[in-house]
Amino acid sequence: MKQFFSFVKKEFRHVLRDRRVLLILFGMPVVQVLLFGFALTNEVKNTKIVIADYAKDEVSQQIITKIDASHYFDIEKNVLSNKQIETAFKEGKIKAALVFPAGFGENLSHGNKAQLQIIADATDINMSNQITAYLTAIILDYQQQNQLSKIPYQIIPEMRMLYNPQLKGAPNFVPGVMAMVLLLICVMMTAIAIVKEKETGTMEVLLVSPMKPWTIIVSKAAPYLILSLIDLIAILLLSVYILQVPVNGNIFLLLAESTLFILTCLMLGILISIQTSSQEIAMLISLVGMMMPTMMLSGFMFPTENMPYPLQLISNILPSKWYYIIVKTVMIKGAGFSAVWKETLILAGITMLLFFVSLKKFKIRLQ
Amino acid sequence: MSTLKILLQKEFRQIFRNKIILAITILVPIMQFLILPLAAKYEIKNVNLVMVDHDHSTYSRQLISKITGSGYFRLVDYNSTYNEAYKYIETDKADMILEIPAGFEKNLIREGVQKIFIAVNAINGTKAGLGGSYLNSIIADFNKDILVELSPSFKNDAGIEIVPLDWFNPTRNYQLSLIPGILAMLVTMVGGFLTALNIVKEKEIGTIEQINVSPIKKRDFILAKLIPFWILANVVFTIGLILCYLVYDIQSQGNILVLYAFIAVYLLAVLGFGLLVSTYCETQQQAMFIMFFFMMIFLLLGGLFTPIESMPKWAQWLTKLNPVAYLIEVIRMVMLKGSGLKNILPELGSICLMAIVLNSWAILNYKKTS
Repeated sequence: MKQFFSFVKKEFRHVLRDRRVLLILFGMPVVQVLLFGFALTNEVKNTKIVIADYAKDEVSQQIITKIDASHYFDIEKNVLSNKQIETAFKEGKIKAALVFPAGFGENLSHGNKAQLQIIADATDINMSNQITAYLTAIILDYQQQNQLSKIPYQIIPEMRMLYNPQLKGAPNFVPGVMAMVLLLICVMMTAIAIVKEKETGTMEVLLVSPMKPWTIIVSKAAPYLILSLIDLIAILLLSVYILQVPVNGNIFLLLAESTLFILTCLMLGILISIQTSSQEIAMLISLVGMMMPTMMLSGFMFPTENMPYPLQLISNILPSKWYYIIVKTVMIKGAGFSAVWKETLILAGITMLLFFVSLKKFKIRLQ
Repeated sequence: MSTLKILLQKEFRQIFRNKIILAITILVPIMQFLILPLAAKYEIKNVNLVMVDHDHSTYSRQLISKITGSGYFRLVDYNSTYNEAYKYIETDKADMILEIPAGFEKNLIREGVQKIFIAVNAINGTKAGLGGSYLNSIIADFNKDILVELSPSFKNDAGIEIVPLDWFNPTRNYQLSLIPGILAMLVTMVGGFLTALNIVKEKEIGTIEQINVSPIKKRDFILAKLIPFWILANVVFTIGLILCYLVYDIQSQGNILVLYAFIAVYLLAVLGFGLLVSTYCETQQQAMFIMFFFMMIFLLLGGLFTPIESMPKWAQWLTKLNPVAYLIEVIRMVMLKGSGLKNILPELGSICLMAIVLNSWAILNYKKTS
């Protein structure tokens, strides 16, 4: 046991000695959570549009005023030909165009029917869907205000947005960013832990020492576990006090679940470290192999249920997906352990599996 | 010139010797290129819905069958109280609750107005907004049906008909939205990361001292480090374009040469950035962490996943310093909208400026003596 602790101490010294890496380790999550917490949002806000008003009558003017008054859209300019609309799109500044055909108001008041075109820049489909929906809502709203009394039987849906009444980006992105930052930091830090000893040649010393493989693995992971926990607490403080995303559930449950997730990531890093032959490769694998899949498949950017079936299967083996669900449920929804026991079990299972595979793959002889 | 040639030969040999690195930098992104665009779907289908029907009338049943028949919603359960239904939201088994109050049908006929309640899990605001508006339009449709039934004289086809048009992507191909970003990532990874790692590696294993004591000029050394990755990144970009065509059947709408011209300058900026990072780092770990830090910011604030104009003003200013944001924008403009050289001039200018600043900074900071 004494051996074990002195080994852990050695690892700590190694980690604490490199001031630059330490600075990055603590600075990076803080900057990222702040930056992404504020900047990552899918809200439709100040979206630039152009208007082609061929009608120029009272109704079209009223609708334009209504759109301009909403904070969703900024009317960039008025154009008067299809060519101009196309140029505006090609310059890349606008996301949608609204076209009132000639005689719009007249058709509406006499024929009781008029057409209106919304042209959206569909190079970003998710956004164009939203923009079209918002514009439609504003126009329908206008229409209802002007004829509400005429409809004899009306069902009014009253919609309540749970957990996030203002539809902000942060409640969705904070759990996602937490999962991503923790995963990448933990994996990247431990991924080089063992391979570095191999590369600098100190591995031989370790191998001839009476240390058992599991003690080496555990003591390599120990300093990073503590560093990650400090990071985690910093992230939580930032999200509560600066991003105003409170912890609605039990804070201890959240901390315990996060510790489990950190362990999973550390084990993943160790496995990469054992399997590779140079720092460069270990880092590239943990970075290239982890960053995009985590961003895209863990569910915080794009809902997993819409993905094709094979991708849903892949997303199931990503620890970050399960952690993201746990954080969302515990932190945002405020639910208890009974709501996340299944996810917890899966994370624990992945961790054990990674630990045993690492142990098995750990070579006690030099090739 | 001959020194440069020999140095280039050395670099290329080193790059091609390390098969694993080559595979990781080229094959892994390409695999991601093939897989990830499939994931980026926000199309709402199979929204899970829980019903709480306190009315049990003909109308409430008609409304329910209309909603489930729409194809967008899947009825998960049929509960008697709101609290029971809320459990489903809590455990993520449902996204929405629709509550029909008692006396729904009676009140609607007698008083002409009746509310119904919808509760949406809005943690993901986008999903909630879209799902909510679908449900609203189905209810509005149902409302129309009832109008026809109750007062046939009422003209219900009156009003504004909105015709939505999707330009530049009329088939609503989701992959199209994501591909510019993945192409940008491929190029940036190969350009930025590899350069930074490569130079720092020479520092860490000590071979840089041999170069420092040799009569090799600073200029030759730096050029020999940059040129191979510039070429490699261009190759990767070309592979990406070919895959675009073969796999996703996406052809550039605009002139492909405009795209290459932009990439050429863009790579100078990214390589300069990698070089700059490497001059500040001592170990590969440091270089990797710093590059990773910036890459994540570049990618997430690049306007690919969330639109730049939704960001707060200060973040929008930050994106002006983000080379990846320019590249994503330009690929979108040229490939999907068919913009020409004239349209991308502002972006090209900014990227030129960035390339000059980054490279001069890096060269000033690179010292042959430690």
